[in-house]
Amino acid sequence: MSFLEIENLTAFYGDFQALFGINMSIEKGETVAAIGANGAGKSTFLRSITGLVQSSANKFLYDGETLTGKAAADIVGLGIAMVPEGRRLFPSLSVEENLIVGSYSQRPGNWTLERVYKMFPKLEQRRDVPGTALSGGEQQMVAIGRALMSNPDILLCDELSLGLAPIIIKDIYDAIPEIKAEGISLLIVEQDINQALAIADRVYCFQEGRISLDGKPGDLTKDQIAAAYFGR
Amino acid sequence: MTDTSYKVIRSTRASRIGSIIGLILFAILVSYPSWGDRATMRLLVEMFYILALAQMWNLLAGYGGLVSVGQQAFVGLGGYMLFLITIHFGVGPIWTVPLAGLIGALISLPVAFLVFRLRGHYFAIGTWVVAEVFLLLFAQVKTLGGGSGMSLPVSVIKSISSSRAGRDSAIYWTALLVVIVVIGIVYFLLRSRHGLALTAIRDSEEASGSLGVDNFRAKLLVYIFAAFGTAAIGALIFLTKLRISPSAAFDINWTTTVIFIVVIGGIGTIEGPILGTIVYFLLREQLADFGSWYLILLGATAVVVMLKAPQGIWGIITHKYDLRFFPVQRRLLLKENDSQES
Amino acid sequence: MIEWANTIIQGILTGGLYAMFAAGLAIIFGIMRLVNITHGDLIVLAAFVAMIVIEVTGVNPFISMIAVLPIMFVVGYFLQRGILNFTLGDDLLPPLLVTFGISIVVQNVLLEIFTADSQRLKAGTIETMSLELTEGLSIGVFPLIIFITAVAMIVCLQMLFNYTRIGRAFRATSDDATTAQLMGINHKHIFGLAMGLALVLVAIAGVLMAVRTNFDPTVGPSRLLYAFEAVIMGGLGSLWGTLIGGIILGVAQNIGAKIDPGWQILFGHIAFLIVLVFRPNGLFPRTRDD
Repeated sequence: MSFLEIENLTAFYGDFQALFGINMSIEKGETVAAIGANGAGKSTFLRSITGLVQSSANKFLYDGETLTGKAAADIVGLGIAMVPEGRRLFPSLSVEENLIVGSYSQRPGNWTLERVYKMFPKLEQRRDVPGTALSGGEQQMVAIGRALMSNPDILLCDELSLGLAPIIIKDIYDAIPEIKAEGISLLIVEQDINQALAIADRVYCFQEGRISLDGKPGDLTKDQIAAAYFGR
Repeated sequence: MTDTSYKVIRSTRASRIGSIIGLILFAILVSYPSWGDRATMRLLVEMFYILALAQMWNLLAGYGGLVSVGQQAFVGLGGYMLFLITIHFGVGPIWTVPLAGLIGALISLPVAFLVFRLRGHYFAIGTWVVAEVFLLLFAQVKTLGGGSGMSLPVSVIKSISSSRAGRDSAIYWTALLVVIVVIGIVYFLLRSRHGLALTAIRDSEEASGSLGVDNFRAKLLVYIFAAFGTAAIGALIFLTKLRISPSAAFDINWTTTVIFIVVIGGIGTIEGPILGTIVYFLLREQLADFGSWYLILLGATAVVVMLKAPQGIWGIITHKYDLRFFPVQRRLLLKENDSQES
Repeated sequence: MIEWANTIIQGILTGGLYAMFAAGLAIIFGIMRLVNITHGDLIVLAAFVAMIVIEVTGVNPFISMIAVLPIMFVVGYFLQRGILNFTLGDDLLPPLLVTFGISIVVQNVLLEIFTADSQRLKAGTIETMSLELTEGLSIGVFPLIIFITAVAMIVCLQMLFNYTRIGRAFRATSDDATTAQLMGINHKHIFGLAMGLALVLVAIAGVLMAVRTNFDPTVGPSRLLYAFEAVIMGGLGSLWGTLIGGIILGVAQNIGAKIDPGWQILFGHIAFLIVLVFRPNGLFPRTRDD
């Protein structure tokens, strides 16, 4: 059985069905990318895993335990952390406090303030300023550090590169190997297909709330991906 | 595209049946003084002015999104204007009702200047402070009886009509007229362009702002109009009571009662307050011997309604039966299709 | 001259009590974006709870707080989790009308149980003790204790919010309750704790008020208005601001009372309206969220 195993997951926003029977599995230490156009359901899918969006599924297992019906606040403690779209730092908390609040669930592990500062040295110099006073790239670093502070086994990243300059995107993606080296599984939602294909062990393509294609990056052709991405 | 056509309709079958029932009811109510008994007439008068007050608050909060808990400021102001105008200017008591309304509207301008600086919840409490200020100020006015208040002089009372029955009928018809005019104006206001703007504000302040609806002006208009209506009703109320004091005039219970009526009946509809008023009076008559328990029951009911059925009793009814006696919303219908969902 | 100095000093000390009323209201608004219309009635409720505790155990009002504070904390926690959490959202109407309804219920239940009779908690000689500052100018020991308690309360709250785990959770939830859940913060629980904390402050204020002045079930709304005025005058979200707001209110009321006893409350309201006209965001508006 896989580390995260999802079978036939559906989710609604009110009367609007956003996800139609998603199947996905992620192994321990594996990096999986979810690509797809705006509104394809990728973010909703991540939010379902974190418990922010209610969902139903035939199978929704994480480390053998079901996630269905669990509250978002409890799921973090199980080892699922998320870097939300748009970073969503807490404006009234300093950079350091933003990181500390990431460890609120008190899950044991290797991540500490020092380690995050070593990974993103820029943050240490600015530890006392409000999180929202930083540049977009630095905010993204705080958001990643904040998620790591919860000592996750699986890290969900929603649009890491959105709105950032290429050079900064590179800085951010340079941190990924260190995270992978910890044995953390990654589920990365990314609109930048090349970035996603470069880093992922496997790719899922979302289209209109369904998975239209999945496979290893090397096995998929450009045409297949284009068809899965844009529809026919 | 096929040639499917749409039409925008507002009247419903219920509203047409409603107007027939309304006419019959109107005939009964108008003729009531000639055949009804005095006690019921007094109760009806009270129902009329409470309903009128409820409609005014509903306009403010239900449509304008202006949740005021200080409308007693205008009730009391109107009441005091009745005494001031009749005693010092010799105007006939009935005529003070519209005059008090005008004064209320005038005074509401500087009040709006103050309370519109407060947002959302704080607006509510700000209006309450203003009502307290009114109370404390009127308590200082010696010619209006100061803190202990005053009674309407017999000569003023007699000027309505020399007979008791004549006075009762005159006050009854005034109250009936006031409630009809209030409902009528609210109805037409909501059907007008301003009404659409208001509904837009209520539904989403941000979105209506971006659609170019002038929130501030529409809200101010509603506030002034509610002040006009509330002050006029205030004059009417104290015309039936014949005695006024600051604590009675500016009693928060004027607003409390009306809030409960609107919430329980159904906020944001014209039918809701009518239903709420009936429920309120039934409850009050039933529990008259139990002191403040009817207030406790009313408060608890309002809390439960707000939590479990925020659209109130009328909301539950329309949801089940699709009834609308006062169709203020425009509805888009497929021409040959009768199914309708608003 | 000395009389006026006396009036102003009394006003400042009264302001401490108002700041205590206001602190709870400010915290609730800061964290839940909720204005609790029941606030004043809960102050009165705390006073009555203390009265019962004192009647049953015979302890002094200050000692009664050992029981009153936890009771009010529990009341607050379950009020929030059982009712008020269900009113939160984008629509302003439900929380306002629900707390308004609860206010009427609390007030009338207290009336039914305790009648409209005026009550007072007796704390012994400390009530009448005073310190003479100079010739003809003395301050009451008890009002001074209230003021010092208010200052200590604000210092403690600042430390709680700035330097503790739960304080960070309060601020994070206040900023963004959804993202806070991703940190493992259960926002519903946090809201419950915040209301519990607010009612602890309310309880301290309620007991001290009940020793200092007469109270009955109907005085709640005016306490709500004082708390509200102190919060708005101080500038939303600043706890030290609420102390300044409370002091302005207390001084204005005392000056009014000195001119004419009927003007006491009126002067407080007028001071508030003047601040509202000239500084609509309060005297110490929140510049940065902290």
